[in-house]
Amino acid sequence: MKVLARLAAGVSAAACLAAAAHAQDVSDGVVKVGILTDMSGTYSDLAGPGAVTAAEMAVADFGGKVLGMPIEIVSADHQNKADIAANTAREWGDNEKVDAFAELVTTSTALAVYEIANQQHKIALVSGAASSPLTNDKCIPTGVHYTYNTTALANGTAKAVVAEGGDTWFFITADYAFGQALEADTTKVVEAAGGQVLGSVKHPFPNQDFSSFVLQAQASGAKVIGLANAGADTTNAIKAAKEFGLIQGGQQIAALLMFITDVNALGLDTAQGIQLTTGFYWDMNDETRAWSQKFFDKTGKMPTMVQAGVYSSLMHYFQAIEAAGTDETDAVMAKMREMPINDFFATNGKIRTDGRMVHDMYLVQVKTPEESKGPWDYYKIIRTIPGDEAYGTLDESTCPTK
Amino acid sequence: MFADIFGFPPQVLFGQLLLGLINGAFYAVLSLGLAVIFGLLNIVNFAHGALYMLGAFVAYFLLTYGGIGYWGALILAPIIVGAFGALIERFLLRRLSGVDHLYGLLLTFGLALILEGTFVKFFGASGKPYPTPAGLQGGVNLGFMFLPWYRGWVVVASLVVCLATWLLFERTKIGAYLRAGTENPKLLQAFGVNVPFLTTLAYGFGVGLAAFAGVLAAPITQVGPLMGSNLIIIVFAVVVIGGMGSIVGAVVTGLAMGVIEGLTKVFWPEASATVIFFVMAIVLVLRPAGLFGKTA
Repeated sequence: MKVLARLAAGVSAAACLAAAAHAQDVSDGVVKVGILTDMSGTYSDLAGPGAVTAAEMAVADFGGKVLGMPIEIVSADHQNKADIAANTAREWGDNEKVDAFAELVTTSTALAVYEIANQQHKIALVSGAASSPLTNDKCIPTGVHYTYNTTALANGTAKAVVAEGGDTWFFITADYAFGQALEADTTKVVEAAGGQVLGSVKHPFPNQDFSSFVLQAQASGAKVIGLANAGADTTNAIKAAKEFGLIQGGQQIAALLMFITDVNALGLDTAQGIQLTTGFYWDMNDETRAWSQKFFDKTGKMPTMVQAGVYSSLMHYFQAIEAAGTDETDAVMAKMREMPINDFFATNGKIRTDGRMVHDMYLVQVKTPEESKGPWDYYKIIRTIPGDEAYGTLDESTCPTK
Repeated sequence: MFADIFGFPPQVLFGQLLLGLINGAFYAVLSLGLAVIFGLLNIVNFAHGALYMLGAFVAYFLLTYGGIGYWGALILAPIIVGAFGALIERFLLRRLSGVDHLYGLLLTFGLALILEGTFVKFFGASGKPYPTPAGLQGGVNLGFMFLPWYRGWVVVASLVVCLATWLLFERTKIGAYLRAGTENPKLLQAFGVNVPFLTTLAYGFGVGLAAFAGVLAAPITQVGPLMGSNLIIIVFAVVVIGGMGSIVGAVVTGLAMGVIEGLTKVFWPEASATVIFFVMAIVLVLRPAGLFGKTA
């Protein structure tokens, strides 16, 4: 595959030269990206309408055209259901001239769309889904896992927690592909660091009342309660843990996946002190602030890493089309892997042949209400985790087509 | 120490029983409202979950914009949302009084989607925080578990409201009118009782119960637009198990289902979202009218 990729890169470089003169090699006369996301459910704040806005911003910032042909965005609500996601993707690919699928929050829907993208030989740019199998056993040659994954979350948060002495763990895990992947990846990190996993409980997704699971975690006697879930499940679990005196009892919560919208929803009173791993924070430098302010002006919220990742992944996709001189899948994929990603989102980001986009991650701590200067001023960056440390090496990937 | 029961330490089981009772208290208040509405209006109120959510949001608004705290909200939110419910009954549901149940179900389901969609649009799906009232923070160590004061209060408040509702319907004149209205509205009207007004009042009351449960839930879960949509299906199952329209059935089944669900969370956590429907299927096979329902 590596040889093939290099070959394709060479071919597309040649195509690029040819296309510089006549920019015409765009199928159907339009480059169309389909955003499949959760528009109204539990993940709609961290992805959803904000992700669509980010995609539209990318098109506008790119000038609305690539190789002289218009760029279009279509979007649909997959309701976190794999069958809806697969049917929409199939319909888009077959009849609506969609060239790439993007966003794809919720692992089960991302996996379903991977299947379709592979059959139709189209590109899938995953930002919202987290599970590491997307670039391991379940990888596809045309898939890119862009923003973060469960391996990086485990390497970021779990490693730091174990290093501080949190060496016995109990998991509260969302009972679907994502939760299981996050628990498995974290278990590996904890055990490798000399820690021990005492047990886990799997809760239905979504779940409202976590008191029962918190009580089981309490009874386990573990020093650290790892929350392998996301969105409202995480915030509700944290609230229940505080209410039932888990913290006063000396146990610690590790929220393995938390978005800035979750912190915003919980409020700093409850969320302060939590350590988490993120691929992006709006308030890191002038570039991140400038882009995030534009996003804020349109949506009234600061972007999550997922939304910023959608923008960055689409820009990279458009640039690759331009560089390849065509929107043909293999040529564009080769270019995307060849070109480093340098923008407000990533520095020297690189897409590997297993589909993983490797970039630096950040271990952050939620500020106290006193430290925060106002709305959305939520994180202190404790440590920048180099991309290779966060995601592991390509050799470790079990992707069969890498 | 005690011997383990089915491989679990007894303190874990006692804890889960108590938690089940607490969740059951929510199911009881919500299914009570549904039972009242179904019993008196013959309407399957699918908007109940959304109105529960509305109760929590009204509490949030009262706190954020009006400076009115939890205790004020506990009284005011049910009244405000109940009045909103009365308007729904007067201007929408009443037009469907002569037609099949299905229409009322569709209308209230549509209302629920509109309400939830509107709140997601303006407040986002992850919701807003609502603090536990100052007097009920912290908790007590019962030996087998740590009981937050607030959870204890939820059980007490729910049981008081359920008892008061039962007394209202079974022991007062207005309750007698309401019950008579379900049996034979024309005859009751002939006695000079304003039946349409009673109906509006009953719907408003049922909705007020949902809002009350919403305020009770606000400090426990996030005040979020989707907080009712997951709950409502379970509560419907509770009402079906208890017998549609039966007040006692709704309360007893609500508490019992909370406990069954709580125990499932220990023995087979993955099945805790489905166990109530399993019970529902069995009950429907053995007693189609529900445990406390009158066979038609």
